[in-house]
Amino acid sequence: MNKVDDNHDPHLAHHFDTPVQQYSSAKIGMWVFLATEILMFGGLFCAYAVYRGTHPDVFLYAHHFLDTNLGAINTVVLLASSLTMAWGVRAAQLGQKPILVIMLLLTLLGGVGFMGIKTIEYSSKYSHGLWFGSDNAFYVKSGKYTNPEELTGAIEYGESHAMPHEDKGELTDEHLELQVKDAATEDVLDNQAAGEAQDQSLPASAQSNIGNATNAPAGLSSKFAEVEGDGSAYVTSEKKPLTYEDLDPQQQKLVSQFFQIYFLMTGLHGIHVLVGMALIFWLFIRALRGTFGPKYFVPVDLVGLYWHIVDLIWIFLFPLLYLIH
Amino acid sequence: MSATQPTQQTDIFGKPVDEQHKDNYLTHQRGLMSWLFTLDHKRIGIMYMIAVLSFFFVGGVFAIVLRVMLTMPIADASNQMRFEMNDTRNIVESSGATVPEEAIKLLYEPGVTDAEAQQQKIEVVLTDAASSAGAGAKVVEYPELINARDAAAQKYTQDLTNHNTFYNQSFTLHGAVMVFLFIIPAIPAIIGNFVLPLMLGAKDVAFPRLNLASWYCYMGGALFFLWVLGKGILNFLVPTLEGVWGGGGLDTGWTFYTPYSTETNTAVVAATAGAFVLGFSSILTAVNFIASIHMLRPKGMTWFRMPLMLWALYATAVIQILATPVLAITLLLLIAERAFGIGIFDPALGGDPILYQHFFWFYSHPAVYIMILPAMGIVSEVISVFSRKHIFGYAFIACSSMAIAILGFLVWGHHMFTSGQSELLNAVFSIITMLVAIPSAIKVFNWLTTMYNGSIRLDSPMLYALGFIWLFTIGGLTGIYCATLAVNIHIHDTYFIVAHFHYVMVGSTLFAFLAGMHYWWPKMFGKNYSERWARWGWLLVFVGFNITFFIQFIMGALGMPRRYATYIDKYTIYHHISTGGSLILTVGLFLVLFVWIHSLLKGKQSPANPWGANSLEWHTISPPPHANFDHAPPATDPYDYSHWRWRPEIAGYVLNEDSEPEEKDAMARNDS
Amino acid sequence: MISILAQAQTKGISLPEGASTYAGQVDWLWNYLTYVSVFFTVVIAGLMVLFILRFPRKHPDDQPHGHTHNTALEVTWTIIPLIIVMSIFLWGFRGFLDMATPPANSYEVLVTAYKWGWNFTYPNGATSEQLHVPADRPIKVVLESKDVIHSFYVPAFRIKKDVVPGRYNETWFEVDATRNGITLDAPEKEYDLFCAEYCGLNHSRMVSKVVVHTPDSFTSWLEAASDQGAGLTPVEYGAKLYKSKTCAQCHSLNGSKLIGPTFKDAYGYPIELKDGSSPIIDDNFIRQAIVQPNSHGVKGYQPVMPAIPLSDQEVTALVTFIKAQSDKYQPEGGGEEAESGDEAKAEPEQ
Repeated sequence: MNKVDDNHDPHLAHHFDTPVQQYSSAKIGMWVFLATEILMFGGLFCAYAVYRGTHPDVFLYAHHFLDTNLGAINTVVLLASSLTMAWGVRAAQLGQKPILVIMLLLTLLGGVGFMGIKTIEYSSKYSHGLWFGSDNAFYVKSGKYTNPEELTGAIEYGESHAMPHEDKGELTDEHLELQVKDAATEDVLDNQAAGEAQDQSLPASAQSNIGNATNAPAGLSSKFAEVEGDGSAYVTSEKKPLTYEDLDPQQQKLVSQFFQIYFLMTGLHGIHVLVGMALIFWLFIRALRGTFGPKYFVPVDLVGLYWHIVDLIWIFLFPLLYLIH
Repeated sequence: MSATQPTQQTDIFGKPVDEQHKDNYLTHQRGLMSWLFTLDHKRIGIMYMIAVLSFFFVGGVFAIVLRVMLTMPIADASNQMRFEMNDTRNIVESSGATVPEEAIKLLYEPGVTDAEAQQQKIEVVLTDAASSAGAGAKVVEYPELINARDAAAQKYTQDLTNHNTFYNQSFTLHGAVMVFLFIIPAIPAIIGNFVLPLMLGAKDVAFPRLNLASWYCYMGGALFFLWVLGKGILNFLVPTLEGVWGGGGLDTGWTFYTPYSTETNTAVVAATAGAFVLGFSSILTAVNFIASIHMLRPKGMTWFRMPLMLWALYATAVIQILATPVLAITLLLLIAERAFGIGIFDPALGGDPILYQHFFWFYSHPAVYIMILPAMGIVSEVISVFSRKHIFGYAFIACSSMAIAILGFLVWGHHMFTSGQSELLNAVFSIITMLVAIPSAIKVFNWLTTMYNGSIRLDSPMLYALGFIWLFTIGGLTGIYCATLAVNIHIHDTYFIVAHFHYVMVGSTLFAFLAGMHYWWPKMFGKNYSERWARWGWLLVFVGFNITFFIQFIMGALGMPRRYATYIDKYTIYHHISTGGSLILTVGLFLVLFVWIHSLLKGKQSPANPWGANSLEWHTISPPPHANFDHAPPATDPYDYSHWRWRPEIAGYVLNEDSEPEEKDAMARNDS
Repeated sequence: MISILAQAQTKGISLPEGASTYAGQVDWLWNYLTYVSVFFTVVIAGLMVLFILRFPRKHPDDQPHGHTHNTALEVTWTIIPLIIVMSIFLWGFRGFLDMATPPANSYEVLVTAYKWGWNFTYPNGATSEQLHVPADRPIKVVLESKDVIHSFYVPAFRIKKDVVPGRYNETWFEVDATRNGITLDAPEKEYDLFCAEYCGLNHSRMVSKVVVHTPDSFTSWLEAASDQGAGLTPVEYGAKLYKSKTCAQCHSLNGSKLIGPTFKDAYGYPIELKDGSSPIIDDNFIRQAIVQPNSHGVKGYQPVMPAIPLSDQEVTALVTFIKAQSDKYQPEGGGEEAESGDEAKAEPEQ
C-alpha cells in the first residue's frame, strides 16, 4: 500500500525520466509485492496440503462443520466486487469520474458484505465451541479437551452422519447449514422441516433426538451418545459418511487442526480484505475529489491488482476448505 | 598514501569544484529531522549503517561473552568434583572447624560401592585428626561433613544452572542478533542502498518512501529484540519481575525449533515478532532493488553491461522476495502455536515438529545466499578494480549468481539429514547441495583469472577481498563435507558446522562487507582513511578469525556438539585457543572502527575516483551531491579502466576532458 | 602461513578413532574429501599469492591486457568440479544407505530421551542410564522422546539421529570386538554419547556413555541390571534414583529453590498451588507429581518437569525417598524419626 503512496503526486517524481517509466516501475513493484503475498499464503497452503495429504479423512469429516452456502455466497460477492473494481480501473483510465465513484463504492460494499458474512460464520463457529486455538471442542490436549458429545453444534454431525448417498451430498449440506442457523435462531419450524427431510435416512436412535436438538443441548448430547453406541454398525459400509468414531485416535487428534488451519487461512485472508477495503475507501475519497483521470490512475490500478489477488486467494480457499469430497 | 593530500573537492576531470556546486548529500540539509525524514537513498544507507553496526556491536558482545564463558572452569564438566571438594572444605572451614585433606579425598573417591566401609574409613581419619589436632582446633564430625558435601553439591548445581542459562541466552541472542539484525541487512541495506542508484546513474531508488519505510521497519524489528534483551536483563536484576510480565531473554537458538520454542519460558513471541517485522524491511528493500534495476538503468546499460554488484544485488533481492514471506508465515504459525496452542507443530495434537523445520529452512537456507551473494558482488568489483583489469568471465559470474539464487531454494533439506526424513529426500537434497558448489567454484576461478596478468595493488579493500577468497574457499570446501551424506551424519550439529557457517557467513560476508566499506568509504564520506592502520586492522581481523574458527573444525571433527555450555575435558584446549582467537578478532574490529572514526574526524578530502574504477558511482564527486547526477553519465563497460589516468596531486584518477566528449557534455549539463 | 594451515588441514582435522563397522567407510570418504579440499585450497591460495607477487602494480596507469573470457576454460572448470562432487555424492550416498539400514538380526534397544537424560530399555525390560551393548552384533536403537527434540550422537560410531517427539526414529551400529580391543581381559569399553540437538537448560549435561561388552560380559551385566533395587531399602534405592534419574538437577535436598521445589520438608506440609488451594503433600500427591508431571501446577514454578520413564518399583522408591527428606516422615510410628533421617542421608555414592 505504501507503493501507492509513492505516486500520490500527479506530477512526475524527480528521479524518473518519463511518466511511462514511473508507471511501469510502480507496476513492477506491485507485482513483486503480490508475489510475496502469494508465497506467504503458500506457506499455509503447504501446511494444509501436508495435513490433508496425510489424513484426508480428517478433513473430509471436519469440513462438514463449515457452511458451504455462506462460503458460496461469499465467493460470488467477492467475484462481483472484482468485476466492479476492474470496471473502476477502466473508468479511471477513461476519466469517467461518476462511474469510477460508483464502482469503488460497489467494490467497497462487496468487501463489507464479504466481511459481514464471514462474521456470521465465525460467530456461529464460536457459539458451537469450534473456535481457534485451545477453545475448540476437538482440542484433545490434556485438560482442555471437550468430548464431542458436548458439542452444541453436534447437529451438523448427526446430519453428516445421515448422508445416505453421494448424489444427496449437496442437499444434505444445505440442510446441515439450515440446522446450524436453527440452532442459533431457535427457529422451530425450520428445524422440523429439516428433521423431516432426514427421516428416511437417519437411524432410529438419531431420529429420536433430532426433534429436541435445537431446543436442548442436553438432547444433543444424549443423541450423540447413542450414535456413539451404534458406531460400530457403520464402520464397514462404503458409502457411509465419516463419523468421529471412524477416525483412528491419531486422526481424532488432528480434527482440531482442520479448524486451526481454517481460521488461520480465512483470518489472514480477512485481514487482507480489510486492508483492501481501507485502500478502496481512500481511493473513493480521492475519486470524489476528482484526483484520477487518464493521466493519473496508478493508485486505482495498483489497488485493483491487490484486490484481484485477494479475490484469487479466496477462489482457492473456498473449494479447499468448504468443498471437500 | 604517498601523494600530497588535497584539501579541495575535485570532479572527475580533476578540476576543483567551485563554491556554488559544493553541495553534497551530507550537507544538503541539516538537523536530525532532515535525516529521519529523508528520502535520499544515500542518507538512508548511512542511517542503516549506524543502526546495523550498533547491532553488530551487540551481537559481538554476546559472542565474546559466550566465548569467555566457555573458558571458565565451570564449563569443563570434569572440574565438577574439584569444585565440590573445594566447596565442601570451605563450608566446613566457615563453620570454624577443619577437615583433613585425606577425609575429603576419601569422601570423593570415585567408584565406591560400599558406603558403610567408606564411612568407617572417613570416621577413622577424622578421629585421628581430632586426636592429633589438640584441644584448640575443632575437627569436623562425620554428619557435618556429609551435610557440607550435600550443600556443596547443591551449590554446584545452582552455579551450573546459572552458567547454562547465561550461556544458552548468549548464544541464542548472538545468533539471532547477528543473523537478523546484522548479516542479512549489512550489505544490501547499507552498501546496496548507497551504491545501487549511483551505479545505475540514477537519482534515487524506484520507491524512495518505501526505502525509508524499510529503515523504520528495521528499527521496529530491532526494538522487539531490545525489548527481549531488556526484559531478560531486568528479570535477572529483579527476579520478581518474571512473575509480573513473564520470561525475558531468549534461549531457543536462533532457529526457534519447536517444540522447545513453544514450551520455554523466554520471550519467544517478542523475538519472532521482531524477526517478522524485520522481514518487512527486507522485502521492501528487495522490491525497491528489483524495480530500480528493471526500470532505472540508463541508456546503454544493458543487462549484461551492469556491474556485477548489481547482478548480485538483483539475485539477492529475488531470494528476499521469494523466501522472506515463508519465514513470515512460519513465525506467525509459531506465535499462534505459543499464544493459542494451535498445535500445528505439536505431536500431542497430531502436529509435526519436523514440519516447522521444513518451513524454517525453506527461508533460512536461501537466507544464507542473501548473505553471501552481495558479498560476491563486492568481491567481483574490488578484484577487478585493484587488478586494473577487466573482470574475467563476466557472463559466467553474473549467471552463477542467478544459478545460486535458484539452486539455493532447493537445498533446505540438508539441514535435516539426521531428522529422520526419507533416504530418498536426503539423496535429492544432497545432490542439489553438491550442485551449488559449481557456480561458487566458477566465481572463485574467474576472480583468480582476473588477477592473472593484472596490475595488482594491495590496498585494504583488495586485502579484504583476497581474505574473502581464502575464507570462502575453506568455507565452501567444508560445505562439501557437510553435503556428503555419510560424513554429514558425523559432523551434523557439531562445531564443524559452526566453523563452516562462520567461515561462510562471517568470514566471507564480513570480509566482503569490510572490503566494500573500505572501497566505497571515500565515496560515502568524501574522506580518506589511514591506509596503514586499515591494513593492520585487516591483519588482526584475518588472523583472529582464522584462529577462532579453524580450530573449531578440528574440535567438531572430534565430536564436540554445538550449543554446549559445558563440555568434557578432551575439548578444553580447543575452546581456549578459539577464545584467544576471538579476542584478537575483537581487537582487530575495534581497530577498524577506530580507522573509520579517525577518517571522519581527521580524514583528508578524497578525489572523485581514488581507485580508477569505472562503474558510474565513480563518475560523480565524493561525496555525491544530493541528486547524484542531474544527467546520467554515459554507461560504458564498467570494467574498462583505460580512460582513467592517475593524477598524483589529487591522489586519484581523472578522465581526460578532450578524449571524453560525452562525459564532458554530461558534466556541463550538470553544471548548468 | 598457508603451508601451516594446509598442514593443519591434513593432520589437524582428523576424526576420533572409529569403532563401528561402517566407521572405516566414513573415514575413507572423509580422507578423500580432505585430499580434494587441501588440493584446491593449495591451488587457489597458491595462485593468489603467485599472482600478487608476479603481477604487482608498477605504475598507476598500467594497462594490463588479457582476455575477458574464454569459454573452453569456463567449461573446464565447470565440468571437473562437477565430476568430483558427483563422485563424492555417490560415495556418500552409498555409505549413508549402509548406515540407514539396520540388518535383520539386530539386537533392539529402546532409547528414551528426556530433558535432560537418557534411558535405555532392553528387550527383557531392564533399564539403564548408560547404553550397554554386546560387541560383534548389530544393535538397532529405536529412539523416542518424552518432550522436545534431542539427538542421539556417538562420535566414535559416526552415528547420529534426531529423537523427535511423536515419532520413532531408528538407527544402528555394530562394534567389532577384536579391532577395538574388547577382549576377555578387557571386557568393557566406553564411548561418549552426546545429545546433539539443543534441548534447553542442561543440554550440555545430557551426556552419557555407550559401554560395549563382550557377549558374556553383556549377559551378566544384563542379569544384574534386571534387578537394580535388590538388596536396597526403598529409601536407599530412591536416593540412587534421585541422582541417576536426574531429579537432582532441579530439586534440592537442603531447602534451596532450584528449577523445581525442594524435597526438604515437603512431605506432610501444605503447598500452594496456582489454583489457590494449598493441599498437604501426601503419598498420592508425590506419586502424581512424578507420574503426571506439572499436573498440580505449583505456584512459583514453571511447568517444565519432564515425564521421566520409571517402573512402578522405581516410583515407589522415589516416593519413599522424598518422604524421608521431611521431618514429618515417621515410618514406624514416630519414635524412629532420627533413624529415618540418617537413612535418608545415606545418599548415593558418587
